[in-house]
Amino acid sequence: MSTSSTVLDSSFDDVTRTDASLRRFLHGLPGVDQVGAEARAAGLGTRSIKTSAKAYALDLAIRMVDLTTLEGQDTPGKVRALASKAMRPDPADPTCPQVAAVCVYPDMVPVARETLGDSGVHIAAVATAFPSGRAAMDIKLADTKDAVDAGAHEIDMVIDRGAFLAGHYLQVFEEIAQVREACRREKGESAHLKVIFETGELQTYDNVRRASWLAMMAGAHFIKTSTGKVQPAATLPVTLVMLEAVRDFREQTGTMIGVKPAGGIRTSKDAIKYLVMVNEVAGPDWLDPDWFRFGASTLLNDLLMQRTKMTTGRYSGPDYFTLD
Amino acid sequence: MSTPFDYAPAPESRSIVDIKPSYGLFINGEFVDGHGKSFKTISPATEEVLAEVAEADEADVDAAVKAARKAFRAWSRMPGRERAKYLYRIARIIQERSRELAVLESLDNGKPIKESRDVDVPTVAAHFFYYAGWADKLEHAGFGSNPQPLGVAGQVIPWNFPLLMLAWKIAPALACGNTVVLKPAETTPLTALLFAEICQQADLPPGVVNIVTGAGGTGQALVGHPDVDKVAFTGSTEVGKAIARTVAGTNKKVTLELGGKAANIVFDDAPLDQAVEGIVNGIFFNQGHVCCAGSRLLVQESVADELLAKLKRRMSTLRVGDPLDKNTDIGAINSAEQLARIRELSDIGESEGAGRWSPACELPSTGFWFPPTLFTGVSQAHRIAREEIFGPVLSVLTFRTPSEAIEKANNTPYGLSAGVWTDKGSRILHMANQLRAGVVWANTFNKFDPTSPFGGYKESGYGREGGRHGLEAYLK
Repeated sequence: MSTSSTVLDSSFDDVTRTDASLRRFLHGLPGVDQVGAEARAAGLGTRSIKTSAKAYALDLAIRMVDLTTLEGQDTPGKVRALASKAMRPDPADPTCPQVAAVCVYPDMVPVARETLGDSGVHIAAVATAFPSGRAAMDIKLADTKDAVDAGAHEIDMVIDRGAFLAGHYLQVFEEIAQVREACRREKGESAHLKVIFETGELQTYDNVRRASWLAMMAGAHFIKTSTGKVQPAATLPVTLVMLEAVRDFREQTGTMIGVKPAGGIRTSKDAIKYLVMVNEVAGPDWLDPDWFRFGASTLLNDLLMQRTKMTTGRYSGPDYFTLD
Repeated sequence: MSTPFDYAPAPESRSIVDIKPSYGLFINGEFVDGHGKSFKTISPATEEVLAEVAEADEADVDAAVKAARKAFRAWSRMPGRERAKYLYRIARIIQERSRELAVLESLDNGKPIKESRDVDVPTVAAHFFYYAGWADKLEHAGFGSNPQPLGVAGQVIPWNFPLLMLAWKIAPALACGNTVVLKPAETTPLTALLFAEICQQADLPPGVVNIVTGAGGTGQALVGHPDVDKVAFTGSTEVGKAIARTVAGTNKKVTLELGGKAANIVFDDAPLDQAVEGIVNGIFFNQGHVCCAGSRLLVQESVADELLAKLKRRMSTLRVGDPLDKNTDIGAINSAEQLARIRELSDIGESEGAGRWSPACELPSTGFWFPPTLFTGVSQAHRIAREEIFGPVLSVLTFRTPSEAIEKANNTPYGLSAGVWTDKGSRILHMANQLRAGVVWANTFNKFDPTSPFGGYKESGYGREGGRHGLEAYLK
């Protein structure tokens, strides 16, 4: 497509040369009208997903869950239990798919790895002084390398929101690029990098769009809404803006980037609204755990309950599903 | 677009509404047989006959006007707060029976249930609530210290928003102390007849609201009736002119809300994704059967390619089909006649050299359907840029500077509405001042609210409906 944007092909070198050029580019992106974006998100939320479509959506949502525990009180026992649940979300039903990944702090990666083995469930580790991102760069990189060396398949990093809000876009860009480097393993492999914006702190949709482009240009594999530690966490309109960004980025560069809303998605009904949005905004190519994830913990059991209801025709109670 | 996420049918149940095989006229609080013939009303989505409806002749219209005249005596003298009670009651019953009204509206009109459910019916209730609030405050409305009702209002409404147009007409008329005889459109009489039932349920005094169904002849009889004090019409400019000629030289007060060919103007600094939504909502809402539809897209040349690519992508996600399916975005064209007109004008657009594009979409085999369509390379000289198509057809024109946008937007015999998309607040205010249109939407489109006046410039009619201004048409 021809475009009026200032970027040519996939080369962003000119854009990312100086703070000023980066700023001009990010502020030259089309604005987001708050009322319009929220109305569009609400409109998509009225889709009625029933029967076969609902069954498809529930299974897909389960496969997209990054089952998460990020507490100070996490212990090896807790992580082992979570990893078991990730592999067999519904022990009573062998047809139930496993989740995409478990998401833990870096020091818990070896524990998770031990339990998960070669099950196919990925290990995601939050790094870079999660959740605030307030640490020296070498500490953030060491944090990342630590997790990668321990066997994490995916790194969920946080951006420095203070730097972003102060307009130091190049600093944020370079941090992301460096963390992406730190994700490299031997033999040319690399852990996948998810970049967390903490959209509840960025506040405006214009900022969300700018942060999305910044992260995509810096080499993120995924862009992620929130840490789960700040309210509001993921919302439909924020995710809408991010889905528009990855859609436009692919149009322009051919590179596909994943999206992960995290925090605050608790019900199947909510999850299905997100999937409708993925389908209609980014497109069906993103309807895959490789390209869309839910960062969640309590969501999984609601998905399982709805799934059981679809197959048995009866509602079940929380006592029939495992806590973790 | 092929997708593994195929939305299964999610039809709203039609069992909630009980359609009778035949309907009479609602005169003096009762359903009576007409003296004339009857006609069939069909579902435009399936061409299935829904009911037979009486066609009011001159004698029927006369009986209705007499009933309204008789009721006017008591209704106009009733304290405003008492009239308000009836209006509040009607508003509440509309809310209680909203699903029934929405299903019936979608069946008879062809519009998607998500619109009748989420837009039409809630706005109808809101209109009655709003004007109920005015009924006891008329002396504070700014039309004199002791404003008086006009008498009997003859009201003729179109088929695009059958119940909503009824509410726009009846709510302010009753709040001001007038009584009404209303003629719904020939193709969409059923929700007006259900509204008549609601009037009975609300114990509205007989004769305050009368509904006479029929076609053009019935409307003529109503508008030309010597004992009608006020004529309110919404519909085509052609019929509006005929009505103006009919009432010329009489004491009748008239308001006309006629056609439009609105410009939706997108500047290069607009929030483009939201502008795309606004364009889609502007022209494909209600199958484009909207007098204020944004049927001319004026886009700044520097972003035209980018915007059109986004728009086409968005259009290919629109779901055309069964109006009762909750996931339908675009329903059926209201009648075979309207479909023929949309086809004719679209073919003319093509033969005049504009580029025609529609997303791939399967249309049902029965009923009246037209795919969402856009024409590129349209100039002011094309008929599709000048004439109201009243269907899901968008003409795309480009401009280079704000003054060119204003010139092109105003270069039409119509002047009902316009849209402006830009992130620059000062430009919005400037454009709103320059555009000769009754409503100018900024960074949105097709938003309706009972508190906001609505009406046109030039051939789009005169008088305002809605808001405090809407009272003026029913007071002296």
